[in-house]
Amino acid sequence: MSTALQAQTHLHRVELPSKDYKDDTTSFWCAGCGHYGVLTGLLRALSEVGIDPNYLVSISGIGCSGRLPYFVRSYKMHTLHGRAGPVATGVQLARPDLNVVITGGDGDGFSIGGGHMPHLARKNINMTYILMDNHVYGLTKGQCSPTSRKEMKTPTTPYGGVEAPLDPVLYMLTYGATYVAQAFAGNVKLASQLIKDGMEHKGFAFINLLSQCPSFNEMDTAKHFKNATAILDDSHDVSDLDAAMHAVNMARREGREPNGLLYKTERPTLDQNMAELVKNVGGHKDYDLRKIIDLARP
Amino acid sequence: MQGISKNDLIIRIGGEGGEGVISVGDFITQACARAGLDVYTFKTFPAEIKGGYAMYQVRAGTERLYNQGDTFDVLCAFNGEAFDMNLARLKPGTTLVYDSPGDFDPEIPSGVYAYPIPMSHTAKEMNNPRAKNMVALGALSILFNVPVEALREVIATKFARRGDAVVQGNLAAFERGRELAAALDKTDPWTLGKPKAKRDVVVLSGNNAIGLGALIAGLDFFAAYPITPATEVAIYVAKHLPKRGGTLIQAEDEIAAISQVVGASYAGKKAMTSTSGPGLSLMSEMLGMAFMSELPCVIVDVQRGGPSTGLPTKHEQSDLFLAIHGSHGDAGRIVLSVESIHDCINLTVVAFNLAEKYQCPVLLLSDGSLAFSTQNVPYPDPDDYHVVERKRWDGKGEYRRYALTEDGISPMTDPGTHGGMHIATGLEHDETGLPSYTSANHEAMQDKRFRKLKGVVNDVDPVEVDAGEGAGKAKADLGVIAWGSTIGVVREALQRLRAEGYQVKGFYPKLLHPLPTQQFEDFGATCKRLLLPEVNFQGQLAHFVRAETSLRPESYTICGGMPFTPEMIVNKVREILA
Repeated sequence: MSTALQAQTHLHRVELPSKDYKDDTTSFWCAGCGHYGVLTGLLRALSEVGIDPNYLVSISGIGCSGRLPYFVRSYKMHTLHGRAGPVATGVQLARPDLNVVITGGDGDGFSIGGGHMPHLARKNINMTYILMDNHVYGLTKGQCSPTSRKEMKTPTTPYGGVEAPLDPVLYMLTYGATYVAQAFAGNVKLASQLIKDGMEHKGFAFINLLSQCPSFNEMDTAKHFKNATAILDDSHDVSDLDAAMHAVNMARREGREPNGLLYKTERPTLDQNMAELVKNVGGHKDYDLRKIIDLARP
Repeated sequence: MQGISKNDLIIRIGGEGGEGVISVGDFITQACARAGLDVYTFKTFPAEIKGGYAMYQVRAGTERLYNQGDTFDVLCAFNGEAFDMNLARLKPGTTLVYDSPGDFDPEIPSGVYAYPIPMSHTAKEMNNPRAKNMVALGALSILFNVPVEALREVIATKFARRGDAVVQGNLAAFERGRELAAALDKTDPWTLGKPKAKRDVVVLSGNNAIGLGALIAGLDFFAAYPITPATEVAIYVAKHLPKRGGTLIQAEDEIAAISQVVGASYAGKKAMTSTSGPGLSLMSEMLGMAFMSELPCVIVDVQRGGPSTGLPTKHEQSDLFLAIHGSHGDAGRIVLSVESIHDCINLTVVAFNLAEKYQCPVLLLSDGSLAFSTQNVPYPDPDDYHVVERKRWDGKGEYRRYALTEDGISPMTDPGTHGGMHIATGLEHDETGLPSYTSANHEAMQDKRFRKLKGVVNDVDPVEVDAGEGAGKAKADLGVIAWGSTIGVVREALQRLRAEGYQVKGFYPKLLHPLPTQQFEDFGATCKRLLLPEVNFQGQLAHFVRAETSLRPESYTICGGMPFTPEMIVNKVREILA
């Protein structure tokens, strides 16, 4: 990989306090919502990395999470339910010099948008995906989501749930994400650290932030997430995929949630591979179209 | 060996997939185009991945060709299946060239001219069994006056990559085929006319021509999911876009493809996807967002037989309802439809220009018939095309992405532009892009987005009127309205009808939405009656014409998986005017 390509992601850096990344749009979430922690963590990380807001594109789908870009000073897209991933892919591939951040909920990313997640990871799209995982559909007022506990009673499961939940982190490890981390959103220090590292990581960075919904999820409260926290210690080898899977499985068995960086690896991003491909075919913007048209002469 | 020259000749080659049927058709096409004849081809692939019946039909002529014709004049059967498949069309007066001794011993229908050629036998004799098709090609060239020098050049060029021995082997088989046919008594009248003059042309399929049009228009970003019969657009773009430094991605589904296109457009790039009906169905939600957030994008729909999975390899023009109205809410867009390979290039450029200017989705409708048909078109010089870029903010004053302007068009900014930050959202929004649900704002914004589209009709040639030469001021007895590849069929049908003395006119809309209603009204006023043939069950364009104009065309619909033939239109018009 050429150094020019590697350098690209470090363009457009500035020094700004985190408050300067906050858009003055009035906030939208309920009091006590875990998403405030996600927002604070993100703003702090943006400041620490020093991303130029002009070259930042915040992208979301639909749900309570979908509103987050409104509160970030940046270029931004509030897309359709489940489609933040492919829209962001288009932005990132079209302009690899931009910093692309997705914020999305558990339903947005792993129910309606679930079909896109493997491809963001396996293609290693250079972006940061923050899952705001509150185990419930908040915006539609409390229906069960793909990460809801089975026993949870909701308006659509009045007698209790009948479906097993999925685990976003295990999925992303399996799909081939090159950076996978998880934290309780209320631990803003850790959350912002993981987001910062994710942004500095070259490749697809997935950060699952466990975020309480005080209005519609009585089980997965802030207190619950805090008590369930199992901080990954220094003995955890972040380069070992098996160890990452094991750490998640072991914590879950004890009813706990691993917090910290689970896995990190390096491989070329899709935009790098494409740039390489263009280079190999000798492609450039001024390539004479007539040479292509001539091929169709009889 | 003299035959009666006719303006055009249709040769159909049929056989087992992999026997070189497609190559023979392709070589005849290339040689005819090279020599200066007009060509219009049509082929069917076997449904099987390997083997199965393959067919390639070449129509070549000295006059301009607009369609694939009624039926073949000459059938070249490589095997018994090809003979059986086409037996019903072997009418008295047609010619059969067939492999003999081969795997079949045909009973020649009465009145059919037949030339047995030992294709397999000769190729085996020459220790080159794969050159069976070259023996056939040689025989066809002498029997029907296919430009032989051009054929030799084409053979040499096409096989050059595989070395001189392969070139010589194929040329030898070709010459042997010529000798074998020369020894026969030519009794049928079919022969190709002499080309008028050599012209600078390219030969392209509809799908490739769309890809080329996109490159001419300045395509930066392409995303698509494989789907019959649109995949070749992606294949062409995949081959050539990287040369121009562009980006191509095979998406995980059509929803992702259109989403990626919308994202790339937001990032400031000219972006496009291509698909067929099922894919367009999946894209419809994102088309609404592209309209709402005013992001330019081009969506090509190579229509196939529907509904549902339908008839994936068959021809139909049945996505018009979906193309025009497929999305919830009042979601506008522009819909163009192509008639010919030439249109596939030119209207793709127009589609990009309109998308960039009006900041909305532009759908370009092609169809299964055009997808694989090839035609010669004048060499498209990129410098001859007018290419439009989106209006970008001049950096003055405070930026409002959705500023309410007189024509509804608001300047855009690319990410990275200082002072140009904004959100693109599917929520109703105010001039800055922030959500606003007031009734006054929603009405003002819907009016803005639709106000833009009023200019479209003035930016394109929305229709073409085919009044025929020397048409007087008198009303035509019948006007025929057609869209898509049916136009080429109607053009020829009207020529034949006029030669019989009928007073008929044609009307060919290329802009289907917003419908150029004034042009429809003006045309309607010049005809006593109107006919609207289209290849779908419900009469989809007829529906819009009745809804949006005062015209009441008679709908003539077929949906058998094949295009109209000129003969069908001629017969229908005769019946109406009887």
